[in-house]
This record gives sequence, structure tokens and C-alpha cells, in this order.
Amino acid sequence: MDFGYSLSKSSTMKIENLENSKFKALAKLEPDATKCIGCGCCTASCSAGVFADMSLRQILLSLQRDCQDKYLPMLQNCMLCGKCMLVCPRGINTRHLILSICKIYGIEQ
Amino acid sequence: MIKEGKVKIWSDYQKEIPDDHWFYVRSCIRQNFFPAAEVTFLKILREELGKDIYETPRHTTCGGIAYHLECIPQETQMTIIARQFALMTEAGYENYTCSCVTSFGLYSETLETWHEMPEVEAKIRENLWKSCRMEFKVPKYLAHTSDLFYKFRNDISAKAKYRLVNKETGEPLKVVEHIGCHYAKMFPSKGVGGAEYPYVLAGMAESWGGNIIDYPERRHCCGYGFRQYHVKANRGYSLSNSYKKFESMEPYHPDMIITNCPGCHYFMDRWQYVIAEQTRKTYGQNGYGIPVFTYEEVAGLTLGYNPWDLGLQTHQVAVEPLLDKIGIEYNASEKYLGTGGKLICTPEFPMSIKCC
Ligand code: SF4
Ligand code: SF4
Repeated sequence: MDFGYSLSKSSTMKIENLENSKFKALAKLEPDATKCIGCGCCTASCSAGVFADMSLRQILLSLQRDCQDKYLPMLQNCMLCGKCMLVCPRGINTRHLILSICKIYGIEQ
Repeated sequence: MIKEGKVKIWSDYQKEIPDDHWFYVRSCIRQNFFPAAEVTFLKILREELGKDIYETPRHTTCGGIAYHLECIPQETQMTIIARQFALMTEAGYENYTCSCVTSFGLYSETLETWHEMPEVEAKIRENLWKSCRMEFKVPKYLAHTSDLFYKFRNDISAKAKYRLVNKETGEPLKVVEHIGCHYAKMFPSKGVGGAEYPYVLAGMAESWGGNIIDYPERRHCCGYGFRQYHVKANRGYSLSNSYKKFESMEPYHPDMIITNCPGCHYFMDRWQYVIAEQTRKTYGQNGYGIPVFTYEEVAGLTLGYNPWDLGLQTHQVAVEPLLDKIGIEYNASEKYLGTGGKLICTPEFPMSIKCC
């Protein structure tokens, strides 16, 4: 029956089944990676994000959930200006974190 | 978490619930879809427990749905609430209880706003005086109606005719409790057990003989979320949230769901039909759904009330398999009889979910 709206697949994930060895390596190198609360202040203040896709919040969430392939290319749009660092309420050194993500996930900046 | 920490958090989230003398307001959704639940609430409190509970036909909506849909501003909504408080003051009551979880969240939000910003309260008092010539005192105690049944759960249990137990095996029924988001997620200190360990429904279910299922998406929203449902373009999102919960609870084979929120009750009941129509999937046994109840309906069942007086025929998911499991007596031919014993109508049965 067509109700005019549809059902999406359940997005529940079993954290214990995720393959997140790279995220663990990142968290070891950069403990700040686990401090993010996903508030999105970084994304809202990002100059690169106005012109191209760049959302540090989305990238961090995708790394934690092991679904990063679609999001990692965003990192190439970052200008490393550091504006996000000024607004992050968790005091995360976002620029350093971005460089570490590039290093561990093999992204060229 | 270490045990001492848990004990401390738990003690921080205990709530003082007065024993008697309540001013009661109804819920818009429940009055329309499950009116017998509220009638049962009043009946149990007055007739079984001998409590004084007052209601007036002059009370209105709390404005919650319009407020959360951004159709009215907060000031208007607070003035509506101030009028309800004025009715309570007029009637000489100090304890306020509401049947709806959305209202409960809104009353908590309003009282908190006035506490933090007394100038807003002054403005609202002025609005109410100008519009209705009424004055009010803020309630001394605010409780959701499920808090009251939580408080009296053992008294209800002592009078119960049936237990939430499988009559064949003697095993406790597997119960999913679902607490409305606005009960304690916004103001944890206002709910029994807070947002981390809400115990209001679990306490009732355990006291009445059931076993609570702790499944992964237990604290997930039912999906209603006002704009998620009322804006048709978002409705699939609302449905998908309920779907996520059903998928998550399915492996634990729940016998029943108990909720304390009108919206949750409505959507967890009705969406099972929509999911069945769209995917051919049902979550109960033998092609039935998982029956969804309010805590008053469950209390009424354990006390031996006639299921049709509790309004269980207005549910989408058939309740009969559960009644049979507990051993509750009912007359199937009376299901759709009106008050004069006249057949009101027999609904059309869906194709993909079994009904009785
Ligand atoms: S450092 Fe990168 S992510 Fe942060 S604001 Fe600048 S461009 Fe955006
Ligand atoms: S501002 Fe900081 S805490 Fe907020 S999403 Fe960005 S990195 Fe995370």
C-alpha cells in the first residue's frame, strides 16, 4: 500500500562489530578524537564549507561509525585556517586532528 | 559504573509525590484516541484507592502540539498554562497532575523558565489578567499521572486479580516499557529515576508480575516528534524511528509494550499496521503485532476490569492473544458493542497484520 511516505532501513549498528582499528590508532595518537560532542560549531564556522563540502563533525562521526569512505575526500577542501579551533567548545585542536586523520587514513592534504 | 556512583545518581532522581488531593488535566491525544485510559485512571484512583482527584471541563489543551510545531510562540503557550494553573488555584488545589507527557515536559519547562526569569512570569501574569481576568499560584507539586500509579503500584498489585504472568508456564511476561522523551530527557530531576534510569514504568510492570526487557534501542524516541509526523514530507522519518525500535526489540520476543506517553502509545500501536502493509513484517506471534498499552489499561486488566470497558477495542494491534496468555476472561462478541448493548460497527480488517 502506498501511504505517500516510506520506511528507511534501521540504522542501528552493533558497535562491537565495527572494524575501527584505524579509529583506535587515531584516538591513541590524538585522544581529542573521542572528545567531540558533534555540536557542529566547527562546520558552521568553516570558510571552506561555504564553498565546498567540508564538515569536520560529519567526518569524525563517520570515523567512529566506520562509514568514512564517503566523507574522507572532504578533508582535501580544508585550508587549515584554524577557525574551527577557535569555536570548538571542547577545546579540540582541530587543525592538528585533521592532519592526524589525513596521516592515518592516507589522505593527501 | 561503580555501584556507589549509581546509588548516588539514583538517589538524586527520587521524586516527592504527594499522597492525595490532585488537580487533574487530560491529554488531547488520549481523549480522542484512547479515552477509556483516562476514565480508568480516575476510576482506579477514586474507587480503588479512595483518592481525591479533581478535574474541570473548563481546562484546555496545554498548547504543546502547536508550540512544538512552531505555530504559537512560547509566550502564548505559557499563558495557556497559566490559565490552567489559575483553574487549579480557583479550585483550591496545590498539586497538579497531567495525563500527557508532552504537557508534563512543557509544564516543567514553563516553571523552570519562570524560576530562571521572574520577569517572564510577571509578563505572563499580566497577559492572563488582561485576557481572562484570572490570577494563579504556581503548583507546589507537579507530577505526571504515571508518577501517581508508580507511587501506588503496590496498592494496585495488592488488589490485583491477574498478574502479568503466562498462565500456562507460570513465567513472567516479557514487557517492553517505553517512556515518552519529554518525561525526563529534558529535565531529568523531574522524573522518577531521571533520564538515565527511568523506573516509573519498570517499577509498575515488576510490581504487577512482569519482567522488563532491556533491549538496545530501549531509550530511543518512538518517532512521533511533532514535526516529524505532522509534516507529511517527514513522516517516513517518524515511521522509521518506530521501525528501528521494533527491529531492536524483536529478538527478545516481547509479549507487550507499556507506555506512559499518548503519542508513543498511538504510534507504536498504529505504525505496526503501516510497517506490516509496507514490508509484510509483524512483530508478535503467529502474524499478530505486539500489543501496546497505557499503564492505566494494564492496571485495569490486572484489577479484572472488562477489557472492552478499558477501550482495548480501539487499539490497532489485537490484544486478545495476550489476554488469553494471561487468562483474562472476556466476551469476544461484546467487543464492538456500544453502551446500550448495540453494535456500533465492525472495523475492516487489514490484510498483512492479523487482528481479531
Ligand atoms: S581548519 Fe579546515 S575545517 Fe577548520 S575552519 Fe579552517 S578550513 Fe574549515
Ligand atoms: S566544534 Fe569541536 S566538539 Fe563541536 S563538532 Fe566540531 S570538533 Fe566536535
